Amino acid sequence: MTEWKVICKVDDIPVLGARRVQRAKGVEVAVFRNAEDRVFALLDQCPHKRGPLSQGLVFGDTVVCPLHNWHIGLTDGCAHAPDEGCTTPFAVRVEHGEVALDVNELNTLALDDASH
Amino acid sequence: MTHKLKLVMVGNGMAGVRTLEELIKLTPDLYDITVFGSEPHPNYNRILLSPVLAGEQTLDEIILNPLDWYSDNNITLHTSWTVTEVDRIKRIVHATNTAAEVKSAPYDRLILATGSNPFMLPVPGRELDGVLAYRDIADTQAMIDAATKYKHAVVIGGGLLGLEAANGLMKRGMRVTVVHVGEWLMERQLDKVAGGLLQRSLEERGMQFRMGAHTQALQADKNGRVASVLFKDGSHVTAELVVMAVGIRPNTALAEKMHLHCERGIVVSDTLQTVTDPRIYAVGECAAHRGIAYGLVAPLFEQGKVLANHLAEFGIGRYSGSLTSTKLKVTGIDLFSAGDFMGSDDGNTEEIVLSDPHEGVYKKLIIRNDQLVGACLYGDTVDGSWYFKLLRDGRSVADIREKLMFGESNIGDVGHEGHSKAASMPDDAEVCGCNGVKKGAICKAIQDKGLFTLDEVRKHTKASASCGSCTGLVEQILMFTAGGDYSATPKKKAICGCTDHSHQEVRDAIRDHKLLTNEAVFKFLEWKSPTGCATCRPAINYYRISSWPKEALDDPQSRLINERSHANIQKDGTYSVIPRMWGGETTADELRRIADVVDKYNIPTVKVTGGQRIDLLGVKKEDLVNVWKDIGMPSGHAYAKALRTVKTCVGSEWCRMGTQDSTQMGKDLEKAMWRMYAPHKVKFAVSGCPRNCAEAGIKDVGIIGVDSGWEMYIAGNGGIKTEVAEFFVKLKTAEEVMEYTGAFMQLYREEGWYLERTVHYVNRVGMDYVKRKILDDEAGRKALWARLQFALDGEPDPWFEFDKAQVDTRQFEALTV
Repeated sequence: MTEWKVICKVDDIPVLGARRVQRAKGVEVAVFRNAEDRVFALLDQCPHKRGPLSQGLVFGDTVVCPLHNWHIGLTDGCAHAPDEGCTTPFAVRVEHGEVALDVNELNTLALDDASH
Repeated sequence: MTHKLKLVMVGNGMAGVRTLEELIKLTPDLYDITVFGSEPHPNYNRILLSPVLAGEQTLDEIILNPLDWYSDNNITLHTSWTVTEVDRIKRIVHATNTAAEVKSAPYDRLILATGSNPFMLPVPGRELDGVLAYRDIADTQAMIDAATKYKHAVVIGGGLLGLEAANGLMKRGMRVTVVHVGEWLMERQLDKVAGGLLQRSLEERGMQFRMGAHTQALQADKNGRVASVLFKDGSHVTAELVVMAVGIRPNTALAEKMHLHCERGIVVSDTLQTVTDPRIYAVGECAAHRGIAYGLVAPLFEQGKVLANHLAEFGIGRYSGSLTSTKLKVTGIDLFSAGDFMGSDDGNTEEIVLSDPHEGVYKKLIIRNDQLVGACLYGDTVDGSWYFKLLRDGRSVADIREKLMFGESNIGDVGHEGHSKAASMPDDAEVCGCNGVKKGAICKAIQDKGLFTLDEVRKHTKASASCGSCTGLVEQILMFTAGGDYSATPKKKAICGCTDHSHQEVRDAIRDHKLLTNEAVFKFLEWKSPTGCATCRPAINYYRISSWPKEALDDPQSRLINERSHANIQKDGTYSVIPRMWGGETTADELRRIADVVDKYNIPTVKVTGGQRIDLLGVKKEDLVNVWKDIGMPSGHAYAKALRTVKTCVGSEWCRMGTQDSTQMGKDLEKAMWRMYAPHKVKFAVSGCPRNCAEAGIKDVGIIGVDSGWEMYIAGNGGIKTEVAEFFVKLKTAEEVMEYTGAFMQLYREEGWYLERTVHYVNRVGMDYVKRKILDDEAGRKALWARLQFALDGEPDPWFEFDKAQVDTRQFEALTV
């Protein structure tokens, strides 16, 4: 049974924008909101040179890394071709306008990817 | 409803298959696709038949889409089936093969991509054995086979294709005579001088010519194979192989049978729809668009893109014609022509000619109304791509006219390490200094991945994808590696893949139709993507707020990170903060506050910038707001497309040489124009005497004080490629300096394209135009200056007035689990 932890309201995330979520351990998680109010969560780290994806420009279901313009898919965390590489996606639940992340994932996923 | 629309394509050539590729990219599942091709091969690169004939490439190497590609994309391919009939009422096509069997396929949409047929001279004997056209793999193979058995070949037609055929046959050991009816070779691409040079060079290789010769008949030997060519003057030449290359005709036989309107091609609209039947489209060499049937690949790919867009039901692409260029694919012969290379006798065109017959170099440039309209190069074509770009852009060349002939490298426009000639660079030479891409890697990607355009090269190799200073080099490499036919030729450049509109069109629409929001722009201009992309959104945002100050609201989510957070992001995700120091002057009090902030927030690096300011590097995002507050100085906008620094020297206040108070002038300019967003960053400098310690010669606006007043220089640039600012006007008073500078800035703000520096803007519109607007038109100048003041009046400082400046402060706080 998944244990969900409410992080914020959907409205706390700017439309076509993102927020950073600090975890107990590991690199932060970025939560994104697109124009249709869908919410996505990725490790806040570009697969290219670890740029903070939460600071990128969002369009459609893509975020553009602020450092070198890589296009990263919000659903799978993977770079658009011909670039290659993926960052870790996190499960998201939206209920009653509240955004929740999976506690188990927050505590276990991508902990080794320590920032420099 | 899961019923898929049926799309049938007649023809399996380059333009048609490119259309399908574009379509699948946009919408992979909309159609069931069936393709009929008369040839037994999958889609191959017809342009490269000449290297195959010359033995420089193999047939396998020129396949563009192997059979797997068709099956991977669920495309049903029928090779060796020729469509002979189309029932437009029942919407069904019928094809036959060599065994006279019949295959049929129903369609909802039909693409005719039947290409063109070689034109065969209507002379007796044209049906003899050994008489060929030069069009497809079968012809090429027949020529290769003939070369092993026979000695004497005649090529009729001294155009591009004929000469390539002749060269290939010669390489295969045949004695080749080229028969040409015209006065000189390639008269549709070359002028008389260049044509003569070409002929001489080919003669030196052993090719023979019969110029001005009219073919009367082809005569047979006793076995019914061609043996000689007879001319109208009674002479003849031995010919065991005759290749006719006198031109191509759009293949409209099927279309005419279907009663589609044809006139030198199947007549199509700007969406490539036939004018007769809206379910039927035509693309490629068979299509006549605005009276032109194109024969080069670049325009056909443009058509394919538009057609795919239409078939994908986006319905917004429009094809509006192309400019084309030509390059002969004969190894060792460099020849390039584009545009109106002959000029006209109406007195409106001018020619610049460089002729050195001894060295085999000839260059002719045609200029009309200060624009380059044509070029014909022989022997030295390294600048072909550059001339072609000037031609496409239609920019004024008045300012570079005297250097134009000597090429791009002579106007200081060179790549990394000063390289300017791609052809002579070794493979391990670095082309793109930003991304470390070597020439060899670019060539390899172009060949292996079949890249055709600058954009594709950028995506796959990253070359010229960052600062762009090596773009000219990369275009040269593309042209040399892939052949001139490939250089992309749209007349106008779309902002990005979300639209077909150019920067100018979007600017105009926002101004003329008062489009105040991004959504309004997307709707009015029928954007293809609902929320734009990282390229178009920042541009649109700038166009809105610069066209409609105080009415259009800034959209922070359409700004890239630096302008959204009002600080510069660094490689580790921290930020840098540069407070404004008016004219580069500071005080003990300010320095003390900066020092305290550095201690308080553990800021690792403090650096003096090139713009006479202080940069604090390594600030955490969550500290930005407090750092700004504690420093208590205005934003330096070092992160923005806006006025950055105004660099000054100490001037007459202290300097024993100073003639004017340059520091005060600089401070006044900066206080009047800070917070001014612009298409790109803007830098000023003011020097107090001609020694010019503030380096005003490389700024967007440089002011130099002299005893009798101020000299104003504009459109300099000290960045990617150094551009010396041009003298603009001599002014008497500080008030005039303010007014003229403000007017120039406002003109640039209103007319510049997003990410276009002043130097590029001025190059595009021409210095004369800027002078007319600002120097000659006093009322216009004052109005521009007034509009700038209106726009800047009450403009907030984003470091302190968050609400007014649309700063979303949520970005500075992290959420916690």
